[in-house]
Amino acid sequence: MDRVLFGDNQFFGVNHMSEEKARTQAMRFQHIGAVIEVLEDAYAEGIRTFMCTTHQRMSEVCDHFRTHREKYPGYKFYPCLPYAHKYANAAAELGVLGAIRSFLPQENALGALLKGGMSLARKDIEGLAELLVGAELKMFQGLDTPIIFLQNVATDFLLGLGFDEAFKIFADCVRERYQAEAGFITMNAPLLLKRLEKVGIQNPIICANINKIGFRMCGGMQAYDEMITQGRCRLIAMSVFASGALPPKEALEYVCGYPQIEAIVFGASSRRNIAQTKQLIDGLTQGR
Amino acid sequence: MGLSHQSIANAHPEIELKAVCDTSSYVLDILAKYTGVKTYTDYKKMFAEEALDCVFVATPSRYHAEVVTAALERGLHVFCEKPFALDPSSGYLLAALAESKGLVNQVGYHYRFIAAFNEAKRLLDLKVIGKLHHVRVEAYGPVVLRPKGSTWRSQKSEGGGCLFDYACHAIDLVNYLVGRPISVSGTVLNSVFSSDVDDEIYSTLQFGDGFYGQLATNWSDESFRKMSVKLSFWGDNGRINVDRQELQIYIRTLPESLEGFETGWNTRYTTELTAPVWFYVRGEEYSAQIDHFVHCIKTKATPLSNFRSATDTSLVASLMRTDAEKPRTAIESPNEQGGAAASPSSKPATRSLLGRLFNAGRS
Repeated sequence: MDRVLFGDNQFFGVNHMSEEKARTQAMRFQHIGAVIEVLEDAYAEGIRTFMCTTHQRMSEVCDHFRTHREKYPGYKFYPCLPYAHKYANAAAELGVLGAIRSFLPQENALGALLKGGMSLARKDIEGLAELLVGAELKMFQGLDTPIIFLQNVATDFLLGLGFDEAFKIFADCVRERYQAEAGFITMNAPLLLKRLEKVGIQNPIICANINKIGFRMCGGMQAYDEMITQGRCRLIAMSVFASGALPPKEALEYVCGYPQIEAIVFGASSRRNIAQTKQLIDGLTQGR
Repeated sequence: MGLSHQSIANAHPEIELKAVCDTSSYVLDILAKYTGVKTYTDYKKMFAEEALDCVFVATPSRYHAEVVTAALERGLHVFCEKPFALDPSSGYLLAALAESKGLVNQVGYHYRFIAAFNEAKRLLDLKVIGKLHHVRVEAYGPVVLRPKGSTWRSQKSEGGGCLFDYACHAIDLVNYLVGRPISVSGTVLNSVFSSDVDDEIYSTLQFGDGFYGQLATNWSDESFRKMSVKLSFWGDNGRINVDRQELQIYIRTLPESLEGFETGWNTRYTTELTAPVWFYVRGEEYSAQIDHFVHCIKTKATPLSNFRSATDTSLVASLMRTDAEKPRTAIESPNEQGGAAASPSSKPATRSLLGRLFNAGRS
């Protein structure tokens, strides 16, 4: 895993501090060319991994990287699925089952449909998960996706229900079908780690908010500190700037102060900010 | 909502989830198989067989009153999804029943648990922007984006429509922050895509003493990623804009007692205002409201959002529906003689503003 990963919130109108800023970003990145420009800036700064949701618009980015593979040697995608708003909106309109049905593969598909229908009817979660994961990952075909993540809203929803078996089902599915490792994004990392270990997932890849002010670090900073220093999981820190509440240097000094944290994911829109963050992390990492 | 509450409640250290009840045996079978929870398809049977302290009711709105009544009669504390009772008179009866039995009653108006709105409440209560003369509340988002949909949300008889969804959140926040309006007027309930229900609501609110407001809600706006609620307040000493992310306040004359603010614009962000929660699924407020419910049961406190306050919200919404049926003041084109010609679409009861002005001008 690379030390620095590039995130995608800025491309899809997600900003935890300001709706105005989110809208400005949504406008700026309306055309996928603007997204690719920023990814190229990041690439030029030495960032080779793009951690991204399975938002429908991402398929255009995937197309670009497939077509111009030779321009970006070593480029990796870490898909994060599902794109939850899609399901939430569909569930409000079609009901839970209707929503699931609407996202099962449509094309080539007599087999897939039958299988989906069978999986639905038999309450065969493994089969259903395989189809839904397949539908989400279709856009990444032919690209390097060594780690595939379950988004925090899905992880934490299942975690709350106590549906721990789902994590195992997901991990098995991405390993067997995509030869990839499973990752889990969460706002409740200490609790998640215990449950993952319980279903036999050892040394899991966990991506969680880790920042100096404890923003969305549920379970408390002490539990996070213990989890990090015990080294029982491979950690990716996200929201390290706490949505801009922390100055970059102070924020990164805190996170880089934990040698156990394997990687840091951040999003930015300007070459200057990308360069500054990358250089700060590199500097703080080498100096350890 | 039911599954989301289940996930959050199940993760609460002081809640032991005993059973769930749903009409979908499909979902129940999966829950039973993978989470081990006991399941029912008949809530009456569940109430009779399980030793319960409290219940979360997240059925379609029109069943709320029936299930809540049964729960209260069993002596259970109740958390009910909004909009609580669709009929205000039944809502007030349920509030009285819960109060008379000393049972904690809460309604899922989760915006009352968003830190930025609570900071706005604090500043409004301190009268930092002076005497209020206007509030504007807006709620937009992408729920109904095409003319279809088969769930209860698209049916009027089931309590569907934007009025008892987005608009109720907006009304409830206004009630929470500045008190219930004393009248509504000029209400528009309009359909954009839905055939049976409204997709957008606009209304004028009156609070008395020269304080008015406007409400604008529309759940057919795809330009928003998810529901977005914003309020703006104007007072004689400044202005507040607030949404879930941030609070902006403009202060003309800084009150001496107010620390941490300056004259002119000030901004407070959610990151600094939001208190941590023990478990996070989809926003701190969803966790905070459930923790609050537990806290109220333990301390016998009255919840921030209760049957009575939620019924106040339903009452305002119902009055908006009535108001929307009232005649409008039509603007009619003057005829060649300079008088007013009745527009073909104007109803008999419609008063003609332009006509009266012209007539007044001639006399």
